[in-house]
Amino acid sequence: MLNVLRATLRMGRVTMPYPGVDEAASPAYRGRPALDAGRCTCAGACVEVCPSQVISLHPSGPDTSEWRLDLAGCVFCGLCEDACPEGAIHLTNEFALAARTRANLVEACTVSGRPTGTRQSVEVSRAQPTHPAAAPNRRIRNLLGRSLHIRHMDTGSDNACDWEIAALLGPVYDVQRLGIDFVASPRHADMLLVTGAVTRHLQPALMATYVAMPSPKLVVAVGDEACGGGVLQGSYAVAGGVDRVLPVDVYIPGSPPRPQALIHGILLALGRAQPYQSFTAQQG
Amino acid sequence: MTAVEAGGPALADQVRALLAERADVSQSSGHAVSINVAVEDLPDVCARVQHGLRAALATMVGYDDRSQSGSYRLTYVFAASAGWVSVETAVDPRSPAFPSVTPRLPAAHWYEREVHDMLGLVPEGHPDPRRLVLHDDWPAGVHPLRKDFDPLVPVPRVDNPPYRFHQLHGEGIVEIPVGPIHAGVIEPGHFRFAAVGEVVLHLETRLFFTHRGIEKLAEGKSAEQVLPLAEHICGACALSHAVAYCQAVEALAGAAVPPRAAAVRSLLLELERLYNHVGDLGNLCAGVGFAVGTSHGAWLKEQLQRLNERIAGHRFLRGVCQLGGVRRDVDADAAADITHTLQQVQREFERFIELLLRTESVMERFTGTGRLDTESATALGAVGVAARASGVSGDLRKDHPYAAYGTLSIPDVVQPDGDVRARAQVRIDETRAAFALAMHLVASLPEGPTTTSLAPLPPFATALGFTESPRGSNVHWIRTGQNGTIDRYRIRSASYCNWPVVALAVPGNMVPDFPLINKSFELCYACLDR
Repeated sequence: MLNVLRATLRMGRVTMPYPGVDEAASPAYRGRPALDAGRCTCAGACVEVCPSQVISLHPSGPDTSEWRLDLAGCVFCGLCEDACPEGAIHLTNEFALAARTRANLVEACTVSGRPTGTRQSVEVSRAQPTHPAAAPNRRIRNLLGRSLHIRHMDTGSDNACDWEIAALLGPVYDVQRLGIDFVASPRHADMLLVTGAVTRHLQPALMATYVAMPSPKLVVAVGDEACGGGVLQGSYAVAGGVDRVLPVDVYIPGSPPRPQALIHGILLALGRAQPYQSFTAQQG
Repeated sequence: MTAVEAGGPALADQVRALLAERADVSQSSGHAVSINVAVEDLPDVCARVQHGLRAALATMVGYDDRSQSGSYRLTYVFAASAGWVSVETAVDPRSPAFPSVTPRLPAAHWYEREVHDMLGLVPEGHPDPRRLVLHDDWPAGVHPLRKDFDPLVPVPRVDNPPYRFHQLHGEGIVEIPVGPIHAGVIEPGHFRFAAVGEVVLHLETRLFFTHRGIEKLAEGKSAEQVLPLAEHICGACALSHAVAYCQAVEALAGAAVPPRAAAVRSLLLELERLYNHVGDLGNLCAGVGFAVGTSHGAWLKEQLQRLNERIAGHRFLRGVCQLGGVRRDVDADAAADITHTLQQVQREFERFIELLLRTESVMERFTGTGRLDTESATALGAVGVAARASGVSGDLRKDHPYAAYGTLSIPDVVQPDGDVRARAQVRIDETRAAFALAMHLVASLPEGPTTTSLAPLPPFATALGFTESPRGSNVHWIRTGQNGTIDRYRIRSASYCNWPVVALAVPGNMVPDFPLINKSFELCYACLDR
């Protein structure tokens, strides 16, 4: 017993202050890709190498094109940065990328030139959810804002997202300090936190879990696979994202999102944080 | 010259001596021998190779080669001490069946069930012909790894009879179904216990809920395009899979990665082992309700994952490996950071372990729980921590060195008891060894380039890549198509070998000890299901 007490005292407090105090990710962290539109010459190398096919170039005028990046399915590998002959793409260390709609996760810039690559324009219609979510509900904030119970469900992720969610319950991120806890039964849950691209084998379990939750309920998609299918687009075994089968209230991009990004996304669903505004949304 | 290369020619001679005139033996490279056999000779030749060379089944692959040779092909790959032996056969598409090897070699059981599901090749005489990968509502006669399967055509859900679990009948026996969704933040799988009161009599697992069709997705992609898929097989073993895949491609291209790249790979692989083992030891505490230990483990793991983020840009070490080398070098600043962080974490780790080993309530629950005997571990081909804690030595870093491991001395960590305590002790010893290896590697990184370019890949050639992940051996097998594409990619993770033995370690224990036993094996569902 004394040993346990001694060990506890020696360890001290390791809980981080986020979200009260912002802690930046390491400069090496691969977060949101940013395009320097002035340098882009429409070479299309980024479109070619993107493993989740979320970058596209669309002719928009006689000498101009629109460069689009759908953060929802981005795996933040940085291959686009490596491939760009002009050095126009740079992965920043921004990680708080959660948004309420798929549209807010689509970055678009006008660049000069027209695409010449072989694998140009992947249809961005993929970014339209099959099951759009209702507008955010003030009642949810009042009801759940200070006491949220989450049911996590893995619908076939690569487990990185799940390990990061598990870290939220550890001493460092400790979401209980924010009035957030995880529960075993969907009957006790206010939020369904979904990882994975929804495999064929788990879709029935996901639907059953959703139906079992009392209303009002929130659905949050976590990670590249749950938000936009990630590298699994085109597989016979997955639906390709949670919004293919359920309305999603908040998308948290990342491969996986860091634990702070998860906290940001969960708080966003409660109206306790500001959504990420894509470059396009900021301009508009 | 490494030991493996030196043993190469001898290996082909050993195989010829073993099989006499029975088979067509060819040597594809210094340390790989392939044997072509008639399909009816398959079980006998596999058994001879296994017993005669004391070789374990490392993986088994089926592929659809109808467009080239007019048949399906099966390859059983064995790891002998002197190299890799592939036993290959053709299966006639007009009667797609082959004699099952499983009655002679129990370790083949899952591979053959998988080939049945994915390619429709029937293992005749297999003791358990139920489905493995595909679930109940998948239509009969549709096999996703056949080349004429179109992944873009939706496969209907049909109303097949439900999976038949083994049933135990008798007074007081109750069946407890658990999953696929579990109470905690863990991956999905179904467990069916038969218990009398508290004691488990029998456990059966139904897995592959997270099956994502990764092997099919790889088909037709270029070798570079498959690497991100390899990295996304699993989060916790991301780098081991990436390196295994890269090594397979590099073997086909005949490329040797530069010494510095090899050393960086080994260094980062040890960092992967560290954050996994340290985290797993913390999670074992959760299995016995020792919250202080759980928190200590979580804090240590977090420090190691933050180190990963600082030096590699990713907490799970994705995006650091590339074909022909590494994408990120470890510069002087990163090296200093690694040394400093590891010294600090190792000090805290030793205190954590001292606390763990001195807490009687923990050690009492660990000792004697979830025992896996040596015989079962060997027969079913267990690997990694699970095997080494049951007295079966074997570590690819020593046995078939890759990356920079040929120049390092890897301690032989083995425990005889096969219980939770033994698996914890193996992790503790391996963690200490990994600290030492990483410190040594970071202090002695050779100078030089970190990448080399690859020659074009030969068409219709096969190669193996393998790593010893934190959970045991990963074996990746690739076959090329035309124009440098991948025609078949078979991923055999450590969890694939170890899930079947978990079911053997549980009977005789209490139902509430199952989470602890499961955590002590610490297997990935994502790695298994692909």
